[in-house]
Amino acid sequence: MNFNFHIIGGDFSNAGVASSEVKKVLKRLNVDCIIIKRAVVSLYEAEVNVVAHAFEGDIFIDISSEKISIILKDKGPGIEDISKAMEEGFSTASPKVREMGFGAGMGLPNIKRNSDFMEIESVVGVGTTLTIEINIKSSGE
Amino acid sequence: MKLKEIIDLLEGNLLCGKERLDDDLQSAFASDLMSDVLTVADSEILLITGLANIQTIRTSEMSDISHILLVRNKKATVEMLSLAIENGIALIESPYSMFRVCGILFNSGLKPVF
Repeated sequence: MNFNFHIIGGDFSNAGVASSEVKKVLKRLNVDCIIIKRAVVSLYEAEVNVVAHAFEGDIFIDISSEKISIILKDKGPGIEDISKAMEEGFSTASPKVREMGFGAGMGLPNIKRNSDFMEIESVVGVGTTLTIEINIKSSGE
Repeated sequence: MKLKEIIDLLEGNLLCGKERLDDDLQSAFASDLMSDVLTVADSEILLITGLANIQTIRTSEMSDISHILLVRNKKATVEMLSLAIENGIALIESPYSMFRVCGILFNSGLKPVF
């Protein structure tokens, strides 16, 4: 099952719409509520990141019986130092982002905590691609 | 503690979620930082916050939080109210400060998450 969403940079009133839609689908599919929460918290943090930092972006979601795969591809400033960006507390967010309750440098570490696989590829001045996977079935099942 | 008791203690005004008045809450988490709220694994909590914007409701939706208290007379917007209703979230406003709210609820037996 595939879904795509487009995100506009700076559009905070719609940040979370994609995550909300994905949550509804996962609930309809009777996915375990802990897995749903891990997936939508990861996606929501990532969605807010695109709204906060990029000009625009696209989300590609694939749900199989094995896992939830999420790719967020944005056009934006990119990330200069990915390992620094992964440090809890490091942030380049604007005051506007902080007013919305984000920008404390917790988003990427929180995505890592909630996902089974996470990869960031970024080109400064071009954009960032974030890949996240959440397993629906554990390897033992 | 029942949600209706919490509302009485805090001179609260329930904006939506009347069906949740008898919900029994054991713990609460207070923060204006939504990224911090997103790290809380528990869902059956009262979220106490001074942040009154649409992301307060979105964060609660993603975290499965069904009870939000806005402190210090912060007013919910129409957009917030509509999203709270859509998600079955009880939204309350209180004139008390966050410190006062936390003190009253802690003394009344509500537990911290961490």
